[in-house]
Amino acid sequence: MHDGRLAGLLAIDAVLIAIAAWLVLAVLSLFLLRRRTAVARAIFPLAAVAGLLLGAAALWGLAGGAETAVLAIGLPGLPFHLRLDGLAALFLALLGFAGAGVSLYTGGYVRADDATPPGLFAFGYLLFLASMAMVLLAADAYVFMVMWEVMALSSFFLVIANHHSEETRSAGFLYLLIAHLGAIAILLCFGVLAGKTGDYGFADMAHRQLTPFWASAAFLLALLGFGAKAGVLPLHVWLPEAHPAAPSPVSALMSSLMLKTAIYGLLRVSLDLLHQPQWWWGALLLALGLATALYGVVFSAVQTDMKRLLAYSSIENIGLIVAGIGLSMVFRAYGMNALAALALTAALYQAASHAFFKSLLFLVTGSVLHATGQRNLGHLGGLIRTMPWVAWLGFVGVLASAGLPPLSGFVSEWLLLQSFLFTPGLPNGFLNMLIPVVAAVIALVAALAGYAMVKFFGVIFLGRPREASLAQAHDAGIMERTALVWLAAVSVALGLAPNIVIQALDPVTRALVGAGLGPTVAQQGWWLLAPISVERASYGPAVFLAGVLAASLLAALLVRRLYHGHLRRAPPWDCGHPWQSARMQDSAEGLGQPIRQIFEPFFRMRRELPDPFDTQPRYHVEIEDRFWLGLYLPVARAVDFVARQAGRLQQGRIAVYLLYSFATLLVLLLLVRR
Amino acid sequence: MTPLYSQILNLLAALMLILAFAMLSQRRILSLIHLFTLQGLTVVCATALVAYITRQPELYYSAALTLVLKVFLIPWLLHRLIQRLRVQWDLETLINIPTLMLVGIVLVIIAFNLAAPIAQLAISIARGALGIALACVLLSFMMMITRAKAVPQVIGFLAMENALFFAATSATYGMPMMVELGIALDVLVGMLILGVFLFQIREQFDSLDIHHLEKLKED
Repeated sequence: MHDGRLAGLLAIDAVLIAIAAWLVLAVLSLFLLRRRTAVARAIFPLAAVAGLLLGAAALWGLAGGAETAVLAIGLPGLPFHLRLDGLAALFLALLGFAGAGVSLYTGGYVRADDATPPGLFAFGYLLFLASMAMVLLAADAYVFMVMWEVMALSSFFLVIANHHSEETRSAGFLYLLIAHLGAIAILLCFGVLAGKTGDYGFADMAHRQLTPFWASAAFLLALLGFGAKAGVLPLHVWLPEAHPAAPSPVSALMSSLMLKTAIYGLLRVSLDLLHQPQWWWGALLLALGLATALYGVVFSAVQTDMKRLLAYSSIENIGLIVAGIGLSMVFRAYGMNALAALALTAALYQAASHAFFKSLLFLVTGSVLHATGQRNLGHLGGLIRTMPWVAWLGFVGVLASAGLPPLSGFVSEWLLLQSFLFTPGLPNGFLNMLIPVVAAVIALVAALAGYAMVKFFGVIFLGRPREASLAQAHDAGIMERTALVWLAAVSVALGLAPNIVIQALDPVTRALVGAGLGPTVAQQGWWLLAPISVERASYGPAVFLAGVLAASLLAALLVRRLYHGHLRRAPPWDCGHPWQSARMQDSAEGLGQPIRQIFEPFFRMRRELPDPFDTQPRYHVEIEDRFWLGLYLPVARAVDFVARQAGRLQQGRIAVYLLYSFATLLVLLLLVRR
Repeated sequence: MTPLYSQILNLLAALMLILAFAMLSQRRILSLIHLFTLQGLTVVCATALVAYITRQPELYYSAALTLVLKVFLIPWLLHRLIQRLRVQWDLETLINIPTLMLVGIVLVIIAFNLAAPIAQLAISIARGALGIALACVLLSFMMMITRAKAVPQVIGFLAMENALFFAATSATYGMPMMVELGIALDVLVGMLILGVFLFQIREQFDSLDIHHLEKLKED
């Protein structure tokens, strides 16, 4: 039955070997605590190789059927049950391939003078990778929760790798707090799913028939728990704090892969374990996803810190993915499985492409940060001349993130819009009227994402350097460059061969919503994508690329011919102004200003306008999330108040404390008696 | 099992209860230690009797262990402790003793009420003993609550352990040997640690009155 079997080895075995390799490397790196060269030149490249192995094994498992394994570790009588099915294999493949790129980059990135010694950093990093892989492989709630917590803790220590800074520590605390809040919700969700049977295996949970009330309770708990990890509104606040605080490779891993484990969990619970979605679940996800996407993209457009900008952009992408899942659940609830598969394919495609382009972009910010020491966009500029490799590879990531053809981001957003266009077929009049409006929001989000990316790329790499020190910026080293090339190449490949990717996604959607796009797209050639029918809509990325390339070449040729190659570098048109400085070019704040005006109700702003006679004017604007004031501070105050009241119980007298235990004991005994 | 053995076991149980009340009302530390030793001896007798009735040789080991620990070692440690700490008197309880007795009676009624359904289920030789054992646990707990000095609290803790042990023997023919050994070790270690603590407390406050510990509370 297993077509994934090769020489007696199953795909899941190969996956486990790769994970074991990560763990062995993690332990080894503990012995190389301060040996930067050994960690950078041996541990991280080997981890990248293990990542490639994991990705390949997962792809192999994606083609085969579900496989199970039992590890002899765990509690006595409660071993680790693992299972590799299509959904897990898909996310494992992302983890392996994107993780390989990030690991190779990290080899070039680690410095000996960081607050955390290189060996310890590598230990946390590899543990983080391995725990993510185990979360995806878990076949019961026990393994899932243990690995989920290992993932949260290891990533917490990675976030505070630079723990000398107060800002980093508070960001780490916020992250840990929300991660634990989410973990509690997930634990309760599994409790509801297991019911009174006390059997925590996923297979048993999937066969259990829950009443609509308890199924909804489980769904809402899962949404809360996984939403907190993924950064769904209103639990997104940790993302823009933790990402800038963490080292860039860690931000890349967290944003592109850890957020995906939350998406995986949401899919696992809501479509696999609770196999009969109700339509309002989907509608709720849709609404939350769109709100998250819009919120994320608007904030992303007004940021002045490059990593914070990318963090908000991650929130936006998660919002789109969640919206796609929501739409898929709506279709599924009404039995329209083919359309559910279309929406789910779009969401999964978005997850896959986001994993690669967002790690690429975060790593680009890492290179910029190392070369210049600056995170603030106001101190960067013109880096394309000193860092051509990073700039051009970053350009690929920017195009993908902006959702432009022929890159991967376009395919997923196009598929998502396609699936929205089919909503008039829904038998629910209410949804019929609302969802087209919602499709417009998706279009708005895509456009604003493009805007944010123009700002990101333009301010960092184009124009003139805003600081004198930027002239000394150096390009990335060979390892970093190779890793960036790899991630960019995958992003391009995902965009150019959508049919192959969609066929690979077919078993996943078939298992979750009972239909797949594989056979439809297999009929067309690899160069044309038409998810429903050719008459309806089609897209040929390769044709598009060929057209763009031909047009560009032609234009370049014509320019050469007309100007005979006589190019002259001269001061730009200076408006009759004799001395121009780099400070006169458009700034990050300036680019964000229109968005800030239009979406003013979203923000709380604190602005410092410079004095008109100031010779060194500095414009400063702080943009705050309204959720802080409206939601988090009241909750924090309430917790503080309750804690104070609880503190009154503490009299400091042992007799009173003993009396508490005594009263509790008596009450419990009397309860048991009844 | 003959009714005689059952009667003897019930007698021992009654003795446990009386000793628990005596400890609750006793203010002299030295007498408290004597009462504690007697209570330990009662437990030893009960265990040996159950061992004889049910023909379980492990229970003899258990009885021997209890004898060494509760009748000889711990009382001796306590004696040494109060000699070195020079405390003979526990001046006053937090609640006056007649009230305490009345509360104790209420606790015994509650305990019997609680134990009744469990005793119905138990297939053991002495059904009434379970209620008494539970009452002893509650009374010892009460003693810990109402004492103002540290040493009587330690004795209350040890007495509670005695009562638990008695409950285990009378209701379920004793716990598995491993568990018993573990508990015995715990009690011994706990005793030593508490002894160290008592010295530390006196060093800090020049007194063993736990009233002073209230200063440790954060405001």
